[in-house]
Amino acid sequence: METASSAAPLKRSLAQPPSSSDASGDSTLIDIQNLDFYYGAKQALFDINLRIPDKRVTAFIGPSGCGKSTLLRCLNRMNDLIDGTAVKRGTIKVRGVDIYGRTVDPIELRKRVGMVFQKSNPFPKSIYENITYGLRIQGVNNKTRLDEVVEKSLRGAALWDEVKDRLHESGLGLSGGQQQRLCIARTIAVEPEIILMDEPCSALDPIATAKVEELIHELKKQFTIIIVTHSMQQAARCSDRTAFFYMGKLIEFDETRNIFMNPKNPQTEAYVSGRFG
Amino acid sequence: MDSSSTHLFAARPGPARRAESAVAWIFRIATYLILACGLFVFADIIWKGAPTVLRSFALTESFPYVTNTFLFEAPETLHVFTYEGEKRELGDTAYRAFREAEIAKAAAAGQPAPRFTPTSYVYAAGGIWPCIVGTVLLVVGSMFIALSLGVASAIYLSEYARDTAFVRFIRLAILNLAGVPSIVFGLFGFAMFVLFFKWNVSLLAGWFTLAFMVLPVVITASEEALKSVPKGFREGSLALGATKWQTIRKNVLPYALPGILTSSILGIARVAGETAPIMFTAAYVVRDKLPWEVEKVGDFFFQGVMALPYHIYVVSSKIPQNDYTQRVQYGTAFVFLGIVALIAASSIILRNKLRGRYKW
Repeated sequence: METASSAAPLKRSLAQPPSSSDASGDSTLIDIQNLDFYYGAKQALFDINLRIPDKRVTAFIGPSGCGKSTLLRCLNRMNDLIDGTAVKRGTIKVRGVDIYGRTVDPIELRKRVGMVFQKSNPFPKSIYENITYGLRIQGVNNKTRLDEVVEKSLRGAALWDEVKDRLHESGLGLSGGQQQRLCIARTIAVEPEIILMDEPCSALDPIATAKVEELIHELKKQFTIIIVTHSMQQAARCSDRTAFFYMGKLIEFDETRNIFMNPKNPQTEAYVSGRFG
Repeated sequence: MDSSSTHLFAARPGPARRAESAVAWIFRIATYLILACGLFVFADIIWKGAPTVLRSFALTESFPYVTNTFLFEAPETLHVFTYEGEKRELGDTAYRAFREAEIAKAAAAGQPAPRFTPTSYVYAAGGIWPCIVGTVLLVVGSMFIALSLGVASAIYLSEYARDTAFVRFIRLAILNLAGVPSIVFGLFGFAMFVLFFKWNVSLLAGWFTLAFMVLPVVITASEEALKSVPKGFREGSLALGATKWQTIRKNVLPYALPGILTSSILGIARVAGETAPIMFTAAYVVRDKLPWEVEKVGDFFFQGVMALPYHIYVVSSKIPQNDYTQRVQYGTAFVFLGIVALIAASSIILRNKLRGRYKW
C-alpha cells in the first residue's frame, strides 16, 4: 500500500549510503545487494542495499516488524533454522564472499559472525563452561588456554571483576545485565570478526543498559558491531551508522548524526522525532 | 466489627452457593475414593504377601549365613503327607531326599519300604528367584532398546524433521500405537520375532516386544522433554559455531534428560508389569535353569525366562487353587510391587539429581 509512496524516497536515500561511506573513508565489510527475503510466501525484506563498514557500530532501527531483526539474522544465516525461509534474490558479501553461496558452511560463517540475543540465554552451566563452550566444540581442551580465554573474554565484557570468584557457579545465578554481558563474553571468546546484537538491552534496566553500551564502545575497537534496537536514544548514543527500516525496506542509511539531526527522508524524520512507529 | 450481614461484602447463601460447595465435595470424595481403593489393594497385597517373604528367612552354612528361601530359591512342588502321625510339608527336593533316607533306613532295619502318599501342590514350595531374575532381565533389556530407539526417534522428530504432513502422520501413528492393547503387541511379537525371525520364545523376542509396547510413551514424552528446552539454548549454541549434533548433544539433550527419565519410569512400571506381551514371546511357565547357566554366550539371548507377572498369572489361574498357592500368589505380588517401587524410586532420585544440576 505504501510501496508507491515510499518508492521514490527509497531511491533517493539509496543513492546516499555508498557515497557517504566512501566519503568517511571506512572500508566496507559487509556488502548487501538487492536482497529479497521471504518467510514462506510472505516477503519480509525488499531490495535491501547496504554497506556496513568495518570496525564500526551500525544500528538498525525501525518499528516492530520492519525487518531489521530478519536482516540481522540473515547475516549469520540464523534464519536457516526457520522452515520455509529463503533469500530469493540478491547477495550478502562478507569480505567479498557471498555467504549464501553454495560452498559456504554456515557453521564456519557463525564462528566468524557471533550473535547476542534479545533474551539473554546463558546456558545452564557454570560461567566458565559458558565461556569455553565455543572453544570446546572447536576441540580446544587445553586448560591453560581455556583459562586465558575465560579471563580475557570476561575482561573484554567488563564482567571479570564481578564474577572472578565464582567462575564455577551457574551462569543463571547472575543478574539480567550480567547474564547479557556473559553472553557477550561467550561470543567474543570465539574471536569473531562481527558481532550481531539483537536488541541486547531490551530486557535490561537503565544501569545495566548503560554498562552494555559502554561495552559496545570498547568492543568496536576490535569488532564490527551491528545492533538492532528499539531505542532511538541507544542508536544515537552508541552507533556510528544508522539504518532505518520500514515495512521491510531500507528507508535511509547514513551517519548516525545525520539520521537523527538531519534526516533526508520524511519517514525517517517522522520516526526519529517520534511521530510514528 | 459489624456482625449483622447488612454490609456490602456479606455472604449471600443460596442455591448457587450450595451447588458450588457440593461440586467441590463431589471432586473431593471422588479423589479420596480412588485413594482408598488404591490403599486397599496395596494393603491387601502387603498384608497377605509380606508374611510369605518374612517367614522364609533361613540360616545357611556358608556366607552370607542368612537367606530367604522365597526370594532366592526356584519354585518347587509341595508335598504334604502324614508321617508318624505328624503332618509334614516338604518341597520336592527335600521330599525326595527324605523318602530315600527313609527307604534306606527301613532296608537297613530289614523292614519293608515305607509307603508315602503325599498330596502334591505345584509351585507351592520354594521361591521365585528365577522370576525375579527374568523380570529384571526383561526390564533392563527392553528399556535399553526402547530408550535408544525412542530417544533417537524423538530427537529426529523434534530437532531434525520439518513439519510436513508425513511427519504429522508419523506422530499420529505413534500416538495411536500407545492405545493398542498389550495382547496385540504380544501377538505381533509372536508373529514377527518368534516365528518370522525364528528367535523362538526368547529374551530377545521379549525385549523387542516390550520395547515396541513402551516406545510410543518414550517417544512422546522424550519429544515433549526436548521441546521444553528453551530455543535460546539452541540458538546460542549454533551462533557460537556449533553444529546441530554438537548443539543437541551438549546443550539440549542433557537438559531434556530428567524429562526423558520421567517417561522411562512410566515405561519401566509398564514393562515390568505386562503379562500379555511376554506370554507368547519370552515367558516360560517353569524353567529349572537360571538365565546365566548357558553353554554359549550367544544362547543367553535365545532362552525363555520366568517372569513375575506371568508367574502370578500361572499360579493364580492355571492351577488348582488352595491355601498353599495363595501364599505364593500374594508373596509374588508383594515382591513384584517392591521391585517396581525400587526401580521407580531409583529413577526418581536420579532424575531429581539431574534436575538439580540443570536448572533454568
